[in-house]
Amino acid sequence: MSFQKTITLKVNGVNYTRTVEPRLLLSDFIREDLLLTGTHVGCEHGICGACTITFNGDSIRSCLTLAVQADGAEITTVEGMGSQENMSKIQQKFQEHHALQCGFCTPGMLATCEDMVKKYPLTSEDEIRDGLSGNLCRCTGYQHIVDAVQAVVKEDKRDVS
Amino acid sequence: MTNKYIGSRVKRKEDPRLLTGNGRYVDDIKIVGQLHIAFYRSDHSHARICNIDTQAAKCSPGVIDVFTEKDICEYYSPVIAQSRMKNYQATVMSILAKDKVRYVGEPIVAVVAESRYAAEDAAALIAVDYEALPFITDPKVAAQLNAPKLHEELDSNILVERSFRRGDVEQAFWKPQVHIKEQFRFNRKTSVAMENRTYLANYDCTLNHLTLYSSTQVPGIIKDALSDLLNIPGNELRVIAPDVGGGFGGKTSLYPEEILVVLLARKLKKPVKWASDRLEDLTTTSQAFDELIDAEIAVDADGKILGLKAEVIGDVGAYSIYPWTAGIEPVQVISFLPGPYKIENYDAHVRAVATSKSPTGPYRGVGRPCSTFVMERLIDLASEQLDMDPKEMRLKNLVQPDEFPYKAASGIVWDKSGFVEGLNAACDAINYDELRDQQARARDEGRLFGIGISTFAELTGIGSRISASPGMPINTGTETASISIDSTGSIVARFGVASHGQGLETSLAQVVAEHLNVSIDSVRIIHGDSDAVAHSTGTYASRSAALGSGAAILATRALNVKLLKIASILLGDEEENIFIQDGFFFNKNTDKSLSLKALAKAYYSQMGSIPAELKEEIGDLSATKTYDPLWGTTSSATHVVALEIDRISLKVKISKYIVAEDCGQMINPLIVEGQVHGGVAQGIGAALFEEMVYDEQGQALSASLADYIVPAATEIPRIDIEHLDVELPPTLSGVRGMGESGTIGAPAAIANAISDALAPLDQYVTELPMTPERIFRLVQAAQNPSS
Repeated sequence: MSFQKTITLKVNGVNYTRTVEPRLLLSDFIREDLLLTGTHVGCEHGICGACTITFNGDSIRSCLTLAVQADGAEITTVEGMGSQENMSKIQQKFQEHHALQCGFCTPGMLATCEDMVKKYPLTSEDEIRDGLSGNLCRCTGYQHIVDAVQAVVKEDKRDVS
Repeated sequence: MTNKYIGSRVKRKEDPRLLTGNGRYVDDIKIVGQLHIAFYRSDHSHARICNIDTQAAKCSPGVIDVFTEKDICEYYSPVIAQSRMKNYQATVMSILAKDKVRYVGEPIVAVVAESRYAAEDAAALIAVDYEALPFITDPKVAAQLNAPKLHEELDSNILVERSFRRGDVEQAFWKPQVHIKEQFRFNRKTSVAMENRTYLANYDCTLNHLTLYSSTQVPGIIKDALSDLLNIPGNELRVIAPDVGGGFGGKTSLYPEEILVVLLARKLKKPVKWASDRLEDLTTTSQAFDELIDAEIAVDADGKILGLKAEVIGDVGAYSIYPWTAGIEPVQVISFLPGPYKIENYDAHVRAVATSKSPTGPYRGVGRPCSTFVMERLIDLASEQLDMDPKEMRLKNLVQPDEFPYKAASGIVWDKSGFVEGLNAACDAINYDELRDQQARARDEGRLFGIGISTFAELTGIGSRISASPGMPINTGTETASISIDSTGSIVARFGVASHGQGLETSLAQVVAEHLNVSIDSVRIIHGDSDAVAHSTGTYASRSAALGSGAAILATRALNVKLLKIASILLGDEEENIFIQDGFFFNKNTDKSLSLKALAKAYYSQMGSIPAELKEEIGDLSATKTYDPLWGTTSSATHVVALEIDRISLKVKISKYIVAEDCGQMINPLIVEGQVHGGVAQGIGAALFEEMVYDEQGQALSASLADYIVPAATEIPRIDIEHLDVELPPTLSGVRGMGESGTIGAPAAIANAISDALAPLDQYVTELPMTPERIFRLVQAAQNPSS
């Protein structure tokens, strides 16, 4: 419409240059312009966490971010975490522990879990639940998600020692 | 024979795609040239439409066209949910509001544009003039015969009226030892599936064929309805529910937006998509549980229930929802109110009342979360007056193991299920007696510590003898499986049921693989597609595991007969000497074997390998069978919860939660546990947080996820599960439905536990959800008893 802005960013290791409206949400840019539909949109007001992605190393809400704010950024979406044939550790643990049912919140959950496993010791279940509290899941009651995260933490500790 | 797959914790087949962003939900499907709809929706709850100005919207950049009801009404028949019930009044619903609006959020104008952004820009330019009509928001007022009517052509706002009576209630209430009389309120909630409703219609002009991709639980119902309403032959219409992001009942009904995308795709000869946003989801997806229940119970000195009475008003919102009708929730409140208890004298009456709010519909549990809440509160109130432990009072009144089948007061027949066993198992697992000691110590310290029990039963896997919704004239009692082996030896099993998180791709593959004696990896499941089988409805009412597995068993049996005949010829021996194991046919008497692949190749491709007459008889290697469990079966459970209310913040902290349930044969325990956890989490939401709040003008006040509180990981405790090993039910697979159970039991258990915690203050719960504000009011009432 009015004026457009050109942005350059790296998503899942691929460089993109695109011209976008300043009002375009990053979630819509990822889904509609880059056709990376693994990032889901659940509320568009920053509560549900389904659209969570990794942005310059931190988990953020892509529905509360404009595409123009991602100029120069490095982004990982769920498509960049692992493939069906070669899932990441957290993805594998999600399957083993049945930490997903409908799968709609899952890409955002995975981004949050990756971030918290990387940044925090997660020594207690309460700490894990606190970390998950920004992502809503309507199917699982969270217990199996907590179990999956605990399993990752346990393995990481073993790998270190 | 021991099972290889059934009963095993098989990892789900659907997970790798869903975990890697390769799921395919409706909004992930992009068809070249697709157009997008945005709606202008009513901001009045009840008003006449005087004028609609779409001029500016039509000129907005990217807009293809703008539609009001008069532009589309000639292309479809309005939506009318029929019922066989006496005293039922159907409502007439148009796609876009015609002449007047009946709830805030009702669609009035549809803008079709090249992008969602352009469509929303244009929708913002639409101006509608209204003439306000009286608000019809209080169901008690709306139920009065002189109240203003929401639908002028009807006799009143009462869409459904029904009674159940048994025994001599007058006599039962004649000076009983205990007589509890209380008014209960379960406030309106909504499903909140994480994926908002989304529809995409693709019309192929060259083939004159339309495909609707719908985030629905019931592709079969939607196909049948669209065929009727839009007059499209079924062979020109296919409804696909691809990956669906949760349903919980909210995606079991036919919606105006769903009809409109199909209508416009045909009219414009372009793919047309509508993806709901969360505001639209919260205000227009069918809501639930809006019930006002006046109930009375009479109990003798031994704690035996003498009689039960209830007068229920269900606020069903603006329309009688298609296909379930306005009766689905309120009528089932009184049909299930007696619960798993022996109650000989019962008198209940319900009215489903139209109000100027969003229509209500099925939600996980349907009727039973309310009925269980009321019945379980009544038992606790009575046991308190008798100074009897609530567990003991339940044990005295439950249908005992030797008393099945038992006909409940409303006419429901319970087949044998672990009512008593469930109560005992849950109490044992949570160390009930020790917990009571712990509570005594906590009370001595002035803490508000409560224990709550709820015991309940439900009918699941219902067959053709009972409609899934009272009086509804569509068949919800059968499911079909069609299993075929092609010329390469590959197995495809097609089902009419549809998964939206239940993992049916995995559990149905377990059943098929078990009964064909092949590897689960060799079975491909197709479901959620109206083309899969000739008739189906979909997934709701805890039916798909029971009905789907039953149909799979019948189809595999028929297919095995064919395979054995062929194998006997190819292996050169009588059929009784042939057996199949892990995808290979063996001859008991020789060392000859044959893979399923080799059998299929020989059968289809090697001319002369099978006598022509036999080939004519067998046809292709497929079998299609329909299963009807007739009356269905009984599922039951007991929940026990321990919680504490913080004296200062009044926050409820759940410390222990146990579910003991009888779901018969588990196909996949991993999936069963996930369903229980998720169901309980939704029940906790209903008990403590979730409420669609409407003001007296019919404005939705909780129309964002900041205001409508869905519990997060910090609000949900660890939930322990005891699976009961009781006699298997008469369903073909031994499966009892269990998808809704968690949500049925949790509100009652928590209401009882909060009441128990507040007992030292002489306060108790009659209303849900028990938000911090409502707990605050109870605590205040205790401090200022006069006010």
